[in-house]
Amino acid sequence: MKHQNLAVSIRGLCKSFGPVAANKDLSLDVRWGEILALLGENGSGKSTLVNMLSGLYLPDAGSIAVDGEPVYIRTPADSFRLGIGVIHQHFKLVDVMTALENIILGLPKKSRKSKKAHEKAVSELCDRYGLHVDLHKKVYNMSVGEKQTVEILKVLYRGARILILDEPTAVLTPQEIDRLFDILRKMRDGGKAIIIITHKLNEVMAVSDRVTVLRKGETAGTVETASTTASQLAAFMVGREINLDIERVEPKNLSERLNVVNLTCVTEDGRKALDNVSFTLNGGEILGVAGVAGSGQKELCEAIAGLYPVKGGAILYKNVVDGIEISENIVGKTPREIFQKGIAMAFIPEDRLGMGLVARMDIAENMMLKSYNDTKSLFVDRKKPTEMAKTLIERLDIAAPGVNTQVSRLSGGNVQKVLLGREISSDPTILISAYPVRGLDIHSSYTIYRLLNEQKQKGVAVLFIGEDLDVLLALCDRIMVLCGGKCVGIVDAKTAKKEEIGLMMIGEGGGAYA
Amino acid sequence: MQQVINFIYAAVLAGTPLLFGTLGEILTEKVGNLNLGVEGMMFMGAAVGFACGYYTDSALLAVLGGFAAGALGGLIYAFLTVTLKANQNVTGLTLTIFGVGFGNMLGDYIMRHSPGNAAFVSEKVKAAFAKLNVPGISDLPFAGKLFFQYNVLVYLAIAIAILMYIFLQKTQAGLNLRAVGENPAAADAVSVPVTRYKYLAICVGGGISGLGGVYVSMTTTGGTWVYNCVNGLGWIAVALVIFAAWSPAKAIVGSYVFGGLSVLRHYVVLEIPVAIYAMLPFAATIVVLLVTSVRQSREKLQPKGCGINYDREER
Amino acid sequence: MRKANGKNEPLFRLVKLDSPSWKRGLAQRALALLLAMVCGALLLLVLRKNPVAVYWQMIVGSVGTKVALTNTIRMAIPLLITTLGITVAFKLRYWNIGGEGQVCLGAIAATYFALNFVGKVPSWLLFVIMFAAGALLGGLWAAIPAYFKAKFNTNETLFTLMLNYVAVYIIQYLREGPWMDPQQTGFPQIPRFPMEARLPKVLGVHVGWIIALVLVVLVYVYLRKTKHGYEIAVVGESMDTARYAGMDVKKIILRTIFISGALCGVAGMVQVSGADFTLTETVAGGVGFTAITVAWLAKLNPALILVVSFLFSMLEKGANSIQTVFNISNAAADVLTGIILFFMLGCEFFIRYRVVFRKKKQARDLETAITAAVPAAAQPESVPTQPEQEAKEGAECSR
Repeated sequence: MKHQNLAVSIRGLCKSFGPVAANKDLSLDVRWGEILALLGENGSGKSTLVNMLSGLYLPDAGSIAVDGEPVYIRTPADSFRLGIGVIHQHFKLVDVMTALENIILGLPKKSRKSKKAHEKAVSELCDRYGLHVDLHKKVYNMSVGEKQTVEILKVLYRGARILILDEPTAVLTPQEIDRLFDILRKMRDGGKAIIIITHKLNEVMAVSDRVTVLRKGETAGTVETASTTASQLAAFMVGREINLDIERVEPKNLSERLNVVNLTCVTEDGRKALDNVSFTLNGGEILGVAGVAGSGQKELCEAIAGLYPVKGGAILYKNVVDGIEISENIVGKTPREIFQKGIAMAFIPEDRLGMGLVARMDIAENMMLKSYNDTKSLFVDRKKPTEMAKTLIERLDIAAPGVNTQVSRLSGGNVQKVLLGREISSDPTILISAYPVRGLDIHSSYTIYRLLNEQKQKGVAVLFIGEDLDVLLALCDRIMVLCGGKCVGIVDAKTAKKEEIGLMMIGEGGGAYA
Repeated sequence: MQQVINFIYAAVLAGTPLLFGTLGEILTEKVGNLNLGVEGMMFMGAAVGFACGYYTDSALLAVLGGFAAGALGGLIYAFLTVTLKANQNVTGLTLTIFGVGFGNMLGDYIMRHSPGNAAFVSEKVKAAFAKLNVPGISDLPFAGKLFFQYNVLVYLAIAIAILMYIFLQKTQAGLNLRAVGENPAAADAVSVPVTRYKYLAICVGGGISGLGGVYVSMTTTGGTWVYNCVNGLGWIAVALVIFAAWSPAKAIVGSYVFGGLSVLRHYVVLEIPVAIYAMLPFAATIVVLLVTSVRQSREKLQPKGCGINYDREER
Repeated sequence: MRKANGKNEPLFRLVKLDSPSWKRGLAQRALALLLAMVCGALLLLVLRKNPVAVYWQMIVGSVGTKVALTNTIRMAIPLLITTLGITVAFKLRYWNIGGEGQVCLGAIAATYFALNFVGKVPSWLLFVIMFAAGALLGGLWAAIPAYFKAKFNTNETLFTLMLNYVAVYIIQYLREGPWMDPQQTGFPQIPRFPMEARLPKVLGVHVGWIIALVLVVLVYVYLRKTKHGYEIAVVGESMDTARYAGMDVKKIILRTIFISGALCGVAGMVQVSGADFTLTETVAGGVGFTAITVAWLAKLNPALILVVSFLFSMLEKGANSIQTVFNISNAAADVLTGIILFFMLGCEFFIRYRVVFRKKKQARDLETAITAAVPAAAQPESVPTQPEQEAKEGAECSR
């Protein structure tokens, strides 16, 4: 064969879903002993490619060769036999089973042995790569970092020689990411071929040897990491030069809108989801919230919106009515009462559609989600929401065939525009925006940032829950860092350093208030 | 004392068909399918088992026939829900409609073609399902009746329960099977053949339920065909699965408790109408259902994948 | 070893259809029905009956004569009303398997007033009271599991199933105890309703059919046009979203399931007062279960429910008539129903998916060559295409 050192070689791969082509003419190579970063915006077909390599999807056309031999990967078993191990973005673990049980799950007959023997072998593997996990812990008791370790062990234990990691860093702390990259480098040096899929440019620069850029389901090109820069890659990814800087408007006319005092919330299993959190939120500013996933961000948003029970503390909402400034505790009010006061929340959950929008309804029907009950009539009025949907589609440039398009058929970016657009058109005084760019490509993300900045300039108090520290630092005026439900500090975004926030996120350092 | 032993003895006899049905349904639910067709599969097992016993004069064939009929019901269900992705609840209900009709139709057919319009299996077959009599052991005082005087199917049911427990908890295949029921996507990703596991577990589960039917037509009715003989036992079995917290071992106890409740009125005379006695097993199940859901225990719950069909390309 | 995983593409794969055309759906359902009838015919041949004659008798026996038609309609009434009730619950994604029990409780409530209030109030008022009582008790019975569902997320499929049995035994208790007819000797019975408590007939069938048709319209309007209907749709889709929209999810679950049970209760009232004239354990007679299948097959569309429940009743009535004419066990009706349902359930799959078989080798190579030659031009990029492509990727990430 001509490329003996090629681990995987893909040529002209196509895959369509109905009339939609997710991959068309996709080609790439990965060699033994290298880390290849696969970079692409959402919708560029990364996940589809992963699913084809892992045997979950079947390609429509094109060829895949492993070690120079053409192969058809029809099932996950085929994929394993070829030595391909995939760590999916959303972990595929059985909650009620232990780490060890998950690792030995589905092993082929010939490698079956006693649990003890397995345990010993897995422990050895852990030692070799510096992985740490309690093998007898049930998965539902694990942190995301631990779950990922189990996933890595799972594929290594099956003797994977080609590792594919789909967005592995999305839920990790900066420290955990560093550790993961160390492990990846160790594996690369051991001769394994590694494909890491991401849209975070800094990570590409940090860990990869080469980068293959995908654009709209096609391969845009491959470059050596050492010979490129982040902004070159970004331009390559979207097909044109783009400005990576987010505009930060100087805040003006700050006026206190929300004063959260010693807020404490307790989860159903008795854990403190929010522990004595205090902060103020001003009209005309964007307050960022940083933290490792599950540090209390969701509970904070929900508590303010009246969706999460508050155990202690107060949420004071300040408003000017007839020229008199009044301050009112909104704890205990219903969600409806709270959004009627002008507190709007656009929460993008992990599945993007779970909260705020009804996937199977059309855009117009989604417009009336909060306002349907404003009239006294027994019947719903569909005229106004339809008008509203039309305006929104035009104003925010939402790519949809019409107001009667089901939300589930829109792309991620457009879904988020619909949600944010609806909240904004209710003219809120406070806008809570949680993960509004989750999974969005660069272009759509910037549209969202622009929308948030517009609101800020209008004097709206914006609470921005984010994942990407670079974005938080560039967009927000102040950043509050949550760790384990506690507010460990509020920093000035103009002066703060990323590393500093990273340490605060895991509970080290901090204490600074801006 | 004798009265207590008699009661336990009767409870075990009444509980055994439930045990078969429950075990079959546990296996089915463990692999992630809620099959509401237990009643139907038991009917199919009862009638086909009876037919085999009646025409071939072989007890073994009666048992195998009943198993095969139940498994066939399971196969229909598996084909519709696993391959054709039909809704599990609706398919299960349809299987019940079909199975009850099929069982009664077949039984009716045999009856209409028998002398005197009454169909009995031969004495030879009946003897095979008679109570055990091991000289020296079966006639021990107390223990003899309590442990060694049941018919062969009672022991078969217990054996299946124990084997199923070992299979699910101690073997790799059992681990794989449970994973399919909890999270088919996770199992699929590590190349557990999800479809094959589902088919096998559903069919074997159906077969075991079918044995419950054989028990009814061979021992409960004394080897004659009685119209509508299964009469709701399959539904109680569905309830018992909850009662047993999806554990084959607990199913043994649960079935005998339910069996005991159903014969209670013959042993404990209280001033309670018959209908209230009959209601007890169902009321007890509701209580168990409530307690487990209020407690929200994480592991004694229905397997998470239950009721949802797995489609690899659908996310 | 590496070659072990086959050089061939799999034999076939499935392609999900985006929006199946109704014409194709109808044709496929007709085909499924035909196949089911062929299957049934084989069964009849085994029983040594002439399938054509039997099928013809089923049609004649169900709609061929005025008497038969009236009977069929009479059977369709409780099924139709119960299905409407089940539909309301299903819209909420609440598996109400308890229609059977709710019908029983509705019948119990109606019977109480029929036995005790005759002569004390005018007949029309008695009907109103029976109707209201049936609806109320059926609704409350359904509300029990709904309360626990809302409060503790208790599995409603199993809970409602169990309540069916409790309901049946309540009737048995009443029949053998407090409500037993003292004038009857032998098998204990509940007295037959006096004439004043029997629903009047319109055009040969008791007025239940008018009630049923009115309810079809009301349920349609309720689900499609009212705020309640909107709330049900939102809660059914996502409880989180509903809470977020300021809806009181628990209240909506309770209210909706109460209505669902109330409709079933009305079915019970109509059945005892219009057809049975007494209360027995078989008052529901399986409609609670059949209704689930009808609701499912009719895709929760009230207009289709009307059609499907009538077809079901035809099947049942027709099967009854072949029992007498051809001496076939009435259980054969269930078998036939089961077979038809199996085929209908199976055929849904072929409406939703298209099976694509592996292409012949040369054809595939040729096609690859063509696609390679015209790369992008073959893929027109219209506006909807690209977002859908992203949507797919978005959907992949979810769950």
